[in-house]
Amino acid sequence: MQRLRDLAISDTGFVFDPFSGATYTVNDTARCVLDGLKRGLHRDELVALLADRFETSGEDLSRDLDDLVHSLRLFGLVPGAFEVV
Amino acid sequence: MVAPLVVAVTGLNATDNPGPGVGVIRSLLHARDPGLRVVGLAYDAMEPGVYADGLVDDVFLIPYPSQGVEPLRERLAYIRRRVGFNVVIPTLDAELPAFVDLAPELAAQGVGTLLPTREQLDLRCKAKLAALGAQGLPVPASRVLTDVAGLYTIHEAFPYPIVVKGPYYGAKVAHTLDEAVHAFHAMAAQWGFPVIVQQFVAGQELCVLAVGDGRGGLVGAVQMRKTVITDKGKGWAGVAIRDEGLDALTATFMKASRWRGPCELEVIRDAAGGYHVLEVNPRFPAWCFLSAGAGMNLPFAVAELAAGRAPAALADYRVGTMFVRIALDQITDMAPFSSMSTAGEIVRSEGASR
Repeated sequence: MQRLRDLAISDTGFVFDPFSGATYTVNDTARCVLDGLKRGLHRDELVALLADRFETSGEDLSRDLDDLVHSLRLFGLVPGAFEVV
Repeated sequence: MVAPLVVAVTGLNATDNPGPGVGVIRSLLHARDPGLRVVGLAYDAMEPGVYADGLVDDVFLIPYPSQGVEPLRERLAYIRRRVGFNVVIPTLDAELPAFVDLAPELAAQGVGTLLPTREQLDLRCKAKLAALGAQGLPVPASRVLTDVAGLYTIHEAFPYPIVVKGPYYGAKVAHTLDEAVHAFHAMAAQWGFPVIVQQFVAGQELCVLAVGDGRGGLVGAVQMRKTVITDKGKGWAGVAIRDEGLDALTATFMKASRWRGPCELEVIRDAAGGYHVLEVNPRFPAWCFLSAGAGMNLPFAVAELAAGRAPAALADYRVGTMFVRIALDQITDMAPFSSMSTAGEIVRSEGASR
């Protein structure tokens, strides 16, 4: 998880990975999740954070969270076996 | 009082396959050292660095490496008499053996260098890179060929695709025997023998600019990932990164080789996180100005060490610093070109520091 913790994330959603030199742009939702993951939040806490931040609820939040984590795995930003628990 | 640095630098051929000289000189100027003067050493009157505003104080043609050591010795002696210099930084692979041979004489004349030995130069040459594998450096499998016949059985050593390389420059990926044979003849025609055939490794291309102290230690190092690559495989843009695996790799190379001076490690990091050292270039890379821009000015540190100064402690570099190269049309009149073409020199300083 060190790679995730090292990510530099700007307020505008620009992300720099100092390990690979890769850059990404993320929307507010993904930025919120990345901040939460860097802080070590669990699934319930992340879902609550998203629900509070974006005034929404439902199963979509959990599925969106899993989709983003899947992308993070593909980019190697979290270990291949990483799951949000 | 410390004598001002007067640094002679080669490699002013800043084309789309640029020599490192312009980057080295920009780094030296970036340090704003009082009294610094730069003497450019060019092989051709049309080398772009000759005509860059404010880059070199004086510039001289020098003989091509193929002419041997003696003409270079005489030319350097002339330049020293004409404008003086107390450090020389050669930046091109092919000229390094002659400068290494001349280093003791130059030192006796008060001209400092920070160069590897001939043995160290040989150790990292493409034809012998595999030997570094025995010293803990991960290098791809390779074969050194002096005859195209060796290509016909190369698949028994490692599978296609393969990389066909010239002894100094040039590399081409070949997916079939036909492509490999074509690449072999192209390399041999352009760069001569031997031709090196290397196992292709897929992954991210990373580079490390490192300066060794000659005792197995590291003066400093900056890591970079190319973010834009030209059709010649040259980095046109890049970003400073930090990877602890590359730190370890660089330390291993320094310890194994006891390298003295600048070098560039070209490394592939594969999808599984493994490292493969493709080449070790025995000089500054063309992107070396990134080191100065990122806060660790390695060309200036080399100039200071070569001059016998104790360089200021190098601060860590700023990860995320980028370079983006640019192609500019320089405007000049006929006078400097005429001077380079006829007299082989442009002298502006008359030996006086900035």
